[in-house]
Amino acid sequence: MNIDWEIVRESIPLLAEGLVVTLQISAVSAVLGLILGVILGLGALSRSRLIRWLVLAYVDFIRGTPLLIQIFLVFFALPMIGIRFDEFWAGVIALSLNAAAFVAEVVRGGVGSIERGQTEASMAIGMRHRQILVHILLPQAYRQMVPPLTNELISLVKNSSLLSVISVYEITRAGQAIISVNFVPFEIYTLLALYYYVLIKAISWLSARIERKLPAW
Amino acid sequence: MPVIRVEDLRKSFGENCVLRGVSIDVAAGETVVIIGASGSGKTTLLRCLNRLEEPSGGAVWLDGTSVGGSLAEGSGVWRPASEKQAAAQRSQFGFVFQRFNLFPHLTARDNVAIGPEKVRGMSRAEARALADIELTKVHLGQHADKRPAQLSGGQQQRVAIARALAMKPRVMLFDEPTSALDPELVQEVLDVMKELAQGGMTMVVVTHEMSFARDAADRVIYMEDGVIAEEGPPTQLFGSPQTEGARRFLRHLSHD
Repeated sequence: MNIDWEIVRESIPLLAEGLVVTLQISAVSAVLGLILGVILGLGALSRSRLIRWLVLAYVDFIRGTPLLIQIFLVFFALPMIGIRFDEFWAGVIALSLNAAAFVAEVVRGGVGSIERGQTEASMAIGMRHRQILVHILLPQAYRQMVPPLTNELISLVKNSSLLSVISVYEITRAGQAIISVNFVPFEIYTLLALYYYVLIKAISWLSARIERKLPAW
Repeated sequence: MPVIRVEDLRKSFGENCVLRGVSIDVAAGETVVIIGASGSGKTTLLRCLNRLEEPSGGAVWLDGTSVGGSLAEGSGVWRPASEKQAAAQRSQFGFVFQRFNLFPHLTARDNVAIGPEKVRGMSRAEARALADIELTKVHLGQHADKRPAQLSGGQQQRVAIARALAMKPRVMLFDEPTSALDPELVQEVLDVMKELAQGGMTMVVVTHEMSFARDAADRVIYMEDGVIAEEGPPTQLFGSPQTEGARRFLRHLSHD
C-alpha cells in the first residue's frame, strides 16, 4: 500500500482548523456541563425528595439513551416545538446536557463517599444541611472528584466526533470532507486518531497536575 | 430545674429495641457517667439527646424546652422541629465522638472556629480568637495551625473537645471519648475532662474508664438491655452494686 504523503501534508493544517472547532465545542460544553452538573449534583443531595427524584430521573434518561439520539433530539426534534439552534450550538447543548448528568453523579458520589462522621460532627455543632455541604463535604470531595471528572472530559472530547453527523465542522467532519474528495481513508483516519490521541494525552497530563496541586491532608 | 430531663426515652432500629424507656434528670454542673456492656444502649441514649438519632418515643427537655419538636397545644400532636430549629437546639449540646470526627481539611484552629463563625455568626477574626482560647484550655495552644493528620489521637480528641466547647454548650455529651485511643494517650483526654467537670460543666459521659467515673462522676448509671438497671454515687455503685448485672459487669472490667 502506498501512503499519499502529499495529501497527508496538505491535510495536517486543514484538520488543525477542525481541531480548533473541536476544542471550542469541548471547552464550552465542558464548562456548561460542569456548571449544570454541579447544580444537578447538589440537587441530588437536596433535602427535598421531589428535587432528588427529578435529578435522578434526568440522569436515568441520559444514561439510558444513546448520545447520538440525544444529539438528534436537540437538533431535529426541538425545532419542531419552535426551539432552534444552529448546528454548533445544538451540538454544544447536546454534549453539555449529556455531560451534566455524569458530572451530577460524580458530585453525588464524591460527597457521598465522605464518611458519615463528618456530617454528624457538623450537625453536632449546629450546622445546617447547606452549610455542611458547602463547608465540610464539598471541600473534602474536590480532590477525589478530579479523576472521574477527567474521564468525563475525555469522553466529551471523543463524543464531540459524533457531531459530524449534524455537519458541525469539527475535526472528524473536516477529515470526512477530505476523504470524500480524495478517497484517502487510511491516511486521514490515522491522522484523526493521532490528533485525538495527542489531545487526550494532554488533558490527562493536565488533570494529573491539577490533582497533585489540590491540597491533601 | 434540671438542665436535661429525659422522660421514658425509647428507640428501636426496626425490630431491634435498643432503648426501652429511660428517664434521667441531670442537674446543672453535674457529671453523670453511664456504664454498661456494649449493646446496652448507652451510645444510642446519648445520640438521642441531641437528636443525632430520632427517638421512637419519650421526650428530652433542655432547660425546660422540649428538644426535637413539641406537642401542639390542645391536640397533643407531636410537631417535629424545623431543620433550622433542630440545628439551633443541637448546638446547645456539645458532642464528643469516639472517633473524634475532626474536619481533616481544616487546621485545629479552624476546626474549632467554624462553628462559632458559621453557626453563631461571629466574624472570622472573633471566631479564631475564641478558638485559640478554647485550644489553650485543652493545652493545645501551640498546635493551632496543625491539621488533624499531624496530631496524635489524644491531641485530636482534645481539639474535638475544644470544638464542642467553643459553641458554649449547656451540656457536654461524651461518647466513649477514649475508646479509640492508644493506652498511653487516654490520660491526657481524661485529665481535660476532669478539669471541665471541676470547672462546673454539666456532663454526660459514656465510658469504660472506671478511674474517671470514680474521680469525676457525681452519679454513675449502669445500663442493661436498654434500661437503667442501677444508679448511684460512684462509691456506692462500685463499692456495693445492688444488681447481679452490675456486679458481673464490674467484675469483668476489673479482670481486663
